[in-house]
Amino acid sequence: MTNSTVEAIQGIEKIRASNIPVVEPLSNGHRACQGCGEVLALRLVMKALGHNVIVVSATGCMEIISSPYPQTAWEVPWLHVAFENAAAVASGVEAAYRVMNRKGKINQPDVTILAYGGDGGTADIGLQSLSGALERGHNFLYVCLDNEAYMNTGIQRSSSTPYGAMTTTSPPGKKSIGQMTWKKNVAAIAAAHEIPYVATASPAFHIDLMNKVRKGAAVKGPAYIHIYSPCPTGWRCDPSMSVHVARLVVQTRIFPLYEVVDGHWRLTNKVKRPKPVIEYLKTQRRFRHLTEKEINKIQQRVDKEWEELVKRCEY
Amino acid sequence: MGKRVGIEVSLAVSHAVMLVDVDVIAAYPITPQTHIVEHLSELVADGELDAEFIPVESEHSAMSTSVGASAAGVRTFTATSSQGLALMVEIMYIASSLRLPIVMAVANRALSGPISIWNDHSDMMLSRDTGWIQTVAENGQEAFDLILHAYRVAEDPRVMLPMIVNLDGFTLSHMIEPIEFLSREEVNKYIRPYRAPLRMDPENPITMGPVGMPEVYTEAKKAQDEALKNSKEVIIEAWKEFGDLFGRYYSPVETYRMEDAETAIVIMGSLAETAMTAVDRMREKGKKVGIVRPRLFRPFPAQEIVSALENVNNVAVIDRALALNGMGGPFSFEIRSVLYDSGLHPYIKNYIAGLGGRDVTVENFTEIASDIEKCSREGVKPGYEIINVRE
Repeated sequence: MTNSTVEAIQGIEKIRASNIPVVEPLSNGHRACQGCGEVLALRLVMKALGHNVIVVSATGCMEIISSPYPQTAWEVPWLHVAFENAAAVASGVEAAYRVMNRKGKINQPDVTILAYGGDGGTADIGLQSLSGALERGHNFLYVCLDNEAYMNTGIQRSSSTPYGAMTTTSPPGKKSIGQMTWKKNVAAIAAAHEIPYVATASPAFHIDLMNKVRKGAAVKGPAYIHIYSPCPTGWRCDPSMSVHVARLVVQTRIFPLYEVVDGHWRLTNKVKRPKPVIEYLKTQRRFRHLTEKEINKIQQRVDKEWEELVKRCEY
Repeated sequence: MGKRVGIEVSLAVSHAVMLVDVDVIAAYPITPQTHIVEHLSELVADGELDAEFIPVESEHSAMSTSVGASAAGVRTFTATSSQGLALMVEIMYIASSLRLPIVMAVANRALSGPISIWNDHSDMMLSRDTGWIQTVAENGQEAFDLILHAYRVAEDPRVMLPMIVNLDGFTLSHMIEPIEFLSREEVNKYIRPYRAPLRMDPENPITMGPVGMPEVYTEAKKAQDEALKNSKEVIIEAWKEFGDLFGRYYSPVETYRMEDAETAIVIMGSLAETAMTAVDRMREKGKKVGIVRPRLFRPFPAQEIVSALENVNNVAVIDRALALNGMGGPFSFEIRSVLYDSGLHPYIKNYIAGLGGRDVTVENFTEIASDIEKCSREGVKPGYEIINVRE
């Protein structure tokens, strides 16, 4: 780990239960669905970042629910351009701030540049622009709000949809069990760019999430945080269950919480007594068609991926 | 006034970009635009231009990064051609609707397929309705001057629209021409420091790019259309000021030997210089032929075109692109449209010429003039013809 990254991470003002920020740069009154785990995650991101930030949004649920002209839920500068280019747009904002500060046109060296997108805007259509921005080393934070399908257009599968899940384009049928592929690991792809900071987070572990956001914003260079974001509408579960499933997904080791600092992997939640995956799967009707055989297959995959992750963290 | 220097036109374009002290350049390589951005990256590497040069991973990101930089309030530049422009188009519509004064040079090249790196105007036609102001250079001096003009116009608070300077790929971009440069001091008299009226700034937060519900979408598009139309006045004003300062005057539509012309060749870009040679030869033989060359393509200079053509019998519209709809080239539709509305009814024929780098010669233009006069005299049904097709 480089000294500058360590210093930046150690230098953050740590969030604890006693000092959770009261600011709401993403204010209430937006149009998200009841129980939306994605807007909860984004709200926590913004609480951690405060107001000295410029936000670049990909097209998606979080864009439409927060910006129907002439209304806006944003207390901070917010820019939406298109679906697949949030990281590229953020590259431009970041470069502009760098050059304006260098030329003495402004004196705002500490503005955080945040780009966010859903799993479609990140893992699928926006993967190229994300990779480009990470590789070029822009000083920005990219947050993927992963609700595991194209929810804004009506619950179509993405490469981030988990194996077996029912979506409107991965319907289970006589010849299909639903989603036939395993979830793309975008956090690992981001880490392969050897950027200073990569992490995963869940809104059920809100303090952990906010501290990871602060670390991502603090490091010099690109940071990527992949946030699991329950969607009761698309996952077919009760809106009151969002935080519950966001906790269960970690407790079953399906979505491990970890961070990668300058290439060093570390579990941030060791899940010493994991629950069986069925505990998680049965909370959502998108999985209800799965047979015992398929559930066992998922359990085996989760166990194998966990072992591999633990090995990575041992180095 | 600076001295005349023999230089490749692409490098002159880069030099103009340097003179306006651009802040962010986002670019992706594509032939024949490459020399422009290569030279800019050299100027940045050598410390002659203090800018961020962002070597993005696609043209889509070049345009997106330019949008981000411009929204943050800095002067931006990019350049592309052909497929690169096609990839940018999605974001070009958004750049103009966000009213961001990005300037882009397009070294015009044919669109695939089949893949062709050579010159025509199919990329210009692809981007014609994106809401960008577009000018078209005829020669190297114009390319240099039009870049400066573009920044002056795009950033005018009455305009605030992105702008393209078109120059023919290879046949203009790669030519070595004598160009009269301007000094920084001279350029500073013409280009003011850019102050964005609205920008991404945590001290003054704004929301840019919100959802346009059906209640507001129509009004947003009408406002944009008005802004584009109104820009014409500023475009002309900025050319006049350029002329007053530097002695080179420009207008939306250039005419050549049109005083008593019976037949007009309407054409855009560097091929007009070949047409001029042809017109000179035809004039020597007593043929009354002239040229009408729009330098401004967007907003379309309808009024000036009508004025230029009001006394002619025949209008030969040269398209450097083919619209695959069975009706000819896109430029001809626009010329026909403005003439119909004006009540003028000359004989119009559309000639599709020089697709994908096919040479167009002086003789081709004399043939075109003879052909349209014959068709007009014999009452041949107007239409279009692709010339120089190998049998």
